[in-house]
Amino acid sequence: MTVSYENSKIIFDGIKAAGIRTVSALPETWLGLVLQRAEDDPELELIQVAKEEEAIGIAAGAYFAGEPHLLLMQNHGFLAAINGIVSLAQLYSIPLCMLIALRGHWGEPYAWHTRGGIVTEGVLRALAIPFEYARDPAKVAAQIRDAYTFSESSLSPVALLLTRDLMED
Amino acid sequence: MERAQCLELLYPELQDKLVVTIMGACAQELYDLGHRESFFYLQHAMGLASSIGLGLALHLPEERVVVLDGDGSVLMNLGTLTTLARYRPRNLLHIIFDNESLLSTGGFDSQTTSGITDLAAIARGAGIQHVVTAGTLMEFGEAALEALERDDLSVIVAKVDAVGPDLYGMDLQLPENAFRFRRHILDRKQA
Repeated sequence: MTVSYENSKIIFDGIKAAGIRTVSALPETWLGLVLQRAEDDPELELIQVAKEEEAIGIAAGAYFAGEPHLLLMQNHGFLAAINGIVSLAQLYSIPLCMLIALRGHWGEPYAWHTRGGIVTEGVLRALAIPFEYARDPAKVAAQIRDAYTFSESSLSPVALLLTRDLMED
Repeated sequence: MERAQCLELLYPELQDKLVVTIMGACAQELYDLGHRESFFYLQHAMGLASSIGLGLALHLPEERVVVLDGDGSVLMNLGTLTTLARYRPRNLLHIIFDNESLLSTGGFDSQTTSGITDLAAIARGAGIQHVVTAGTLMEFGEAALEALERDDLSVIVAKVDAVGPDLYGMDLQLPENAFRFRRHILDRKQA
């Protein structure tokens, strides 16, 4: 299994096409090729955090500054960022457009990812965070754009779950 | 030295800055000096005030950003010091009021109590170049003025007494604070 070069490019192009100018992220295997492109592209600024919860604060700062921002993280990073999502973003009605690599789900061979993968959807539902699964490379760019639009209009965190179908060849 | 005294000294300098405070006593003491549209009070999500400040500073290079943090909050997000050091926003001053106590949650000891953990040393170790520990009001005032004139990321660890205001309360709803803070920034961008 290798990370899809082609679909990583489609996701990256989709992020840019959605008008995003800065991205905060914690590197993750599935997100690696997207982040490499972000690092190399002068039109997009990548802010790499030490832990995902920091990115919730950075995203709030970007929102206050009126700059279109997107967060990239693994689902375990999402789980690690929950207090920031609840007690900053949701408490203050700050939008978050989160692209989350859904590890530990259908087809997962690695035991260490499985528990996080199993609970991710339930946690999103418990937090009333709207989410979609991204499976089809033909649709993912529109899904990214729609996630961003909805986060801004609802002033809410929104999650797009990047699945194995999309991220691996 | 009391945090309220530091804030009183700093207050005139905050006139044209964007300010992010942590919860509780620190937010209240700043609010009591007189709310400004350029103040954002993070009343929860401990640890993220400095991350908000970093997001503001990186996206608004023309503005100067001041974060009013505390030992309890920064201990919850020590990684932030490494991210600040890495991106080194030239327009950010990060003030950590270290009262060696979790004052707002009952005055329990914190890891900095009796100097066990040295936050200034952690900030230096994280790679932040300009770090000062201030033990007196004079030292704090000098360090703050220097930092605000410096075109670089600065951290001040201000050792303050574990005391806070007698009364808490703001005539400001939390989302209202966020909406108005953002509108104020966008108005400033257009001006």
